Amino acid sequence: MKRRYLIRVVALNIAVWALALVWALPFVGILMISVMPYQEVITKGWLRIPSLDTLTLKNYIEALTNPLYDLATGFRNSVVVATVSTLIPLFAAALAAYAFANLDFRLKPLLFALIIALMMIPQQLIVVPLFFLYRSLGIYDTLQGMILLHSAWGIAWATFFLRNYLKFIPRSLIEAARVDGASDFKIFRRVVMPLAVPGLIAAAVLQFTWVWNDLFYALVFLVSRENQLVTQKVVTLKGEFHVDWGLLAAGSVITMSMPLILYVVFNKYFMKGVAGWGVKR
Amino acid sequence: MALSRGLRPALFLSFPLSLIAVFVLYPMVATVFYSFYDKETGSFSLNNYIDVLLSAHPLYMLVAQSFGPTPPWGALIHNLVWVALHVPLVTLLGLVLAFLLKYYVKGSTLVKAILFLGIVIPPAVGGLIIRFMFDNVVGVAPTVFSYLGVEELSKTWTAYPQTALFALILGSVWIWSGFAVTIFSAALESIPKSHVEAAKVFGASMWHIFSRVIVPQLKPAVIIVVVMTVLWDMKIFDIVYASTGGGPGGSTNVLALVMYTYFARALDFYKSAAVAVLLTLIAAPFIALVVRWLRE
Repeated sequence: MKRRYLIRVVALNIAVWALALVWALPFVGILMISVMPYQEVITKGWLRIPSLDTLTLKNYIEALTNPLYDLATGFRNSVVVATVSTLIPLFAAALAAYAFANLDFRLKPLLFALIIALMMIPQQLIVVPLFFLYRSLGIYDTLQGMILLHSAWGIAWATFFLRNYLKFIPRSLIEAARVDGASDFKIFRRVVMPLAVPGLIAAAVLQFTWVWNDLFYALVFLVSRENQLVTQKVVTLKGEFHVDWGLLAAGSVITMSMPLILYVVFNKYFMKGVAGWGVKR
Repeated sequence: MALSRGLRPALFLSFPLSLIAVFVLYPMVATVFYSFYDKETGSFSLNNYIDVLLSAHPLYMLVAQSFGPTPPWGALIHNLVWVALHVPLVTLLGLVLAFLLKYYVKGSTLVKAILFLGIVIPPAVGGLIIRFMFDNVVGVAPTVFSYLGVEELSKTWTAYPQTALFALILGSVWIWSGFAVTIFSAALESIPKSHVEAAKVFGASMWHIFSRVIVPQLKPAVIIVVVMTVLWDMKIFDIVYASTGGGPGGSTNVLALVMYTYFARALDFYKSAAVAVLLTLIAAPFIALVVRWLRE
């Protein structure tokens, strides 16, 4: 009985680990193809230790610098858009989250329900009127326009996320500061924000990743080559009929490098941030 | 103390809410208006909706007039097929994996970290990788099937209407399972280990522990995973745009992509708005559910 159980557990371990390897395999493939000459991929396959003397960065250089693809420009634009579109909504959401967590007002239940609804609606529902608005304001096809949109779009979920975080801060702490005569802004800056740093980091990492990963808004609002973001550029690497897998793989690695680095560095914040959806507070 | 009760929240809310009002709320309401706007007559009618629902053009078809054995069946139907396959696959896989990882598997942190990668990377890159996985020259799936001698599945899956939609759905299991595992793992933390230990002492089988002890206690998490996955499937865009662009012959088209095609290709902004509203209407019951739980 005991032995059979043990065998079963070992078999399960092997099965789950095999699945994990299957899950990782596409990443391995993309990485291998990006640094191997394509001729070699075709003749020998990519699932092997690459021979060091034929390793090449040709695909990376091609994807980044060939004016036809120009991922370097896309990457730079994405850094700018994602950075600013993280700072603005985080600041705005911190303010709103403070109000929802610590102040009482009549419209609170209604506004909070609205915030939750807004973070669930499809992106498609808002782009047509914004397209008209942007054209008349002259910010269509500009990074500023993109930043404004992503900033506003990010506020809803960041408010919800941070408000849940702020709820953990004991109310007595805030009441004590209030008794001492501190204004709300002072409490916000000196008491609440310092305690909310881990929550702010998690929200920042998730928001940055979300903006970086987005393709839909970029496709709608950025058209000229010098303004396009990296997610737009990478899909153009895929030719109409012929696919240059080496190039496409290198472009994919470049595009996903940023969220992957963030994920490795901020692993705990990432997992907790996503798990937060499932845990009722 | 000088500030009145109503003014204090206003100070905190005015900046965030005004950004939301201009860039989210206003366009949301305006989209609904535009969706009824008939650009031929300049009046408001249901014409956009009728045209959009009846279109039989492969790039725009939402519901096919007649259903063949293989796609294209229309974008709306493809979304529903996506939900019908993807939701149960992801939920079951997530439940089983979270359970095994928590109680039986060594090195579960690393396995979870690998599974999680799918939701970290841009879905557009995910789409490109799906295409790679199912390519007949360099991809994994066709190579395996040609080795097994299955002729129909050793081709490039994304190039044929019979297989393209299913390739994308399977690929989206690869991308999205990490979400389910993460949610279920977090929920498992709240189940006292003593429950499982006690069941083990009484000689309950692994299956028994899973189905009688664990799953009943994970019900709220299951509902969350199901609803979030349904919403993800209904809104799906990047993966399809990057991998197949809706082809071949419209066999992988989805609602969000039709919306974009009306917008960017036909330059018919009002029909595009109508598709966006339809998409939202279908998602609305699930959004309402989320609002109900999360507001507590």
